[in-house]
This record gives sequence, C-alpha cells and structure tokens, in this order.
Amino acid sequence: MQHIISLDPRVTREHIPAEFDTLLTPKGELDQLQSYEVFQQGKSGGRYTHVGSVRASTPEIALVFAKEIYGRRGPTFGLWVVQTDNIHPLAPADIDVFETASSADKDYREVVAYARVRDKIETFKKSEQSA
Amino acid sequence: MNMSTDALKDLLYRIADDALIIAHRNSEWTGLGPIIEEDIAFSSIAQDKMGHALALYTLLHELGEPVPDIAAFMRNESQYRCCHLAEYPIGEYDFSLIRHLLFDLAEQVRYRLLENSTYEPLAKLARKLRGEIRYHVFHAHSFVVKLAANGTEESKARMQSALNECYPLALGIFEPSRYEAELAASGVFAGESELQRQWHEELAAICEKADIDIPTDSTPSYGGRYGSHTEHLQPLLDEMTEVFRLETAADW
Repeated sequence: MQHIISLDPRVTREHIPAEFDTLLTPKGELDQLQSYEVFQQGKSGGRYTHVGSVRASTPEIALVFAKEIYGRRGPTFGLWVVQTDNIHPLAPADIDVFETASSADKDYREVVAYARVRDKIETFKKSEQSA
Repeated sequence: MNMSTDALKDLLYRIADDALIIAHRNSEWTGLGPIIEEDIAFSSIAQDKMGHALALYTLLHELGEPVPDIAAFMRNESQYRCCHLAEYPIGEYDFSLIRHLLFDLAEQVRYRLLENSTYEPLAKLARKLRGEIRYHVFHAHSFVVKLAANGTEESKARMQSALNECYPLALGIFEPSRYEAELAASGVFAGESELQRQWHEELAAICEKADIDIPTDSTPSYGGRYGSHTEHLQPLLDEMTEVFRLETAADW
C-alpha cells in the first residue's frame, strides 16, 4: 500500500540525492514531528476541505497550529487533523485507470457533455424552423 | 453602578497596559519561533493581545482619556500600570511559554469575572474576547503539558525552572489596587484576591497534569500597578514608541 510521506512542500520539494543518505542520521522519536493534513469546514454542515498540512508532536498540538494557520482568515465551523501516514493514495502508476472515462467516444459519461445541452436544443430548433 | 471614574480607569489601564506590553514582548518571537507553525501561532496570539489593548484604550478614551495611540505610546514609564511579568525580556522559549500560560490563565479568569460586570461596555468586551482567550490558554496548556509531562528530562526540567522563575512575577498580576472595595461594592470587578484564588485553583490543576510543582514560598513582585517598574520596561517603551514619536501627527 502506498503512503504519502507529506503534502508539506518543505518536506517534498527537496529531492535529496541517494548518495547523501549516509549523512542523515535518523532523529529520535521525540525529535521527529509528525505530519498532519488539515481539513476545514467553511460552512455549517458543509463538507470538510483539505486546506494544507502542519507538523506537530501530537494531534492536539496539530489542532492548535491548524486553528491559527488555516482557521484565522475566514469563518470556520469545524476542523480535522489526520496523520498523513493514514492517507492511502492511488499509486501514480495506476492513474491510467481514469483514461477510459475521458476518452473521446464516451463523453456522455462526463458532466461537461451535458453542460451545453440547452445550446444544442436551441440550435436544433432553429435548424427545424429554417428547414 | 455607583463609583468613581478613577477606580474604573485604574482597572482598565491595568488590563490594557498588560495586554499592550505582553503583545509587544510576544511579538519579539516573530521570525524566531522554534518551528514555523509555532511562529505563526505565537505571533498571531501577540496580535490578538494588541487588539485587546486597543479595545481597552478605546473604552478609556470614552471616559475622557487620550486617544488610544497617545495613551499607548506617549505616556511616561511611571504612568504604565502593567505588571512586572509582562515587562520581562522574552528569555528562552521555556520562559516565554510559562509566562504565556500564567498570564493568559489570569486573563481568562479576569475576563470571566468581568462578563458580569455592572460596567456594561467592559462586560460586553469580556464576552467578545472569550473565544480568543480560550484559544490562547489552550495553546499554552497543550505545550506546557506536552513538554513537562510527555517530553524529555530536559524539557521537563526547563518547564519547572521557568515556572520557578515566573511565579513570583505572576503573583504581581494580583497586586491590590487602592480601589478594591469600591470596585467590588459597585459590582464592576470582584477584585484581585478573588481573581488570584480562582487562578491558583486552575493553575494547580494544570500543573498536576503537567507533573510540575507550583513554588510555595514566593514573594510577589509588586510595584507595577503603581508605576514602579523593572529596568526592562523603559527600553521596551523606547523601542515600541520609536517610530510613533518621530511624527506623532502622522496618520497611520
């Protein structure tokens, strides 16, 4: 099963070359903060939206940080933090499972195909009248 | 409500000056916080305190005191009514964190008492600030318990020694005013000793969870409430007011 290491750009933006590995000694448990993903509910009863990540030593402290970092700019009705390790993403290599849905001969399976139905009806009506 | 304006002003200046000075001190951590998340949270808390100070100076202005900017930046050191705890330099993070806990817990209890004040503008403000202060205490509490009870030997020792250092300063928060009886009788404020009693009770519960001991034989650091300050306040005022004093008529 795949794991997301972190969605935090500070963690993911640096791709450290393999030959540097030996320079990095693993941190002790208490020196290594956990990565948490933050979900905010912007409307009462609304869905929770992923807004970013924080690094913290406990879920409680992750909430302390998340409140101030993601909750202070707009109304917030609820807040979740989820340890990043607990998110199981689809492997990037498997992303082609979506290809059938977006192939050109099956556009009826996509919402966008129905977006301009009214235009099509109007065009049809006009062609009927002029015929 | 039947009382002198002097009593009310003295109370408001204590709370306002505390908020202003602690806000300035805590903002000194901006850019230097231990990790970026904490840097943002602590700076934001400092900014909240600055907002509380503004609200209180506005109440004072309505009672005939100067406009907030003048009250905040143009008084002499001896006219400030803040406690010594707020004036102290930020020290290391352990000191700032324990100060934050002791100070904000006292603020929380004070505003809770003020929610029923017969001075309605202050009662209204106390109710409005409840959520912000609740967060401030939650922040302090989470960190202190984590570092003291669930950290390393070093972090625990640091929490205890910071508490030993801060505690006598914190007792200075509750320095009685000359208006205690008047404020209590008129129902404006229950008084510093009642505040201290409730504060101590709540602090004891937190310290038990954090597994650290409240010092028992501490002499309160009094004087701040009567304008007698430590050597740390004047340099802070010089720095804080430097830009404002360049051009006091400037419109910000």
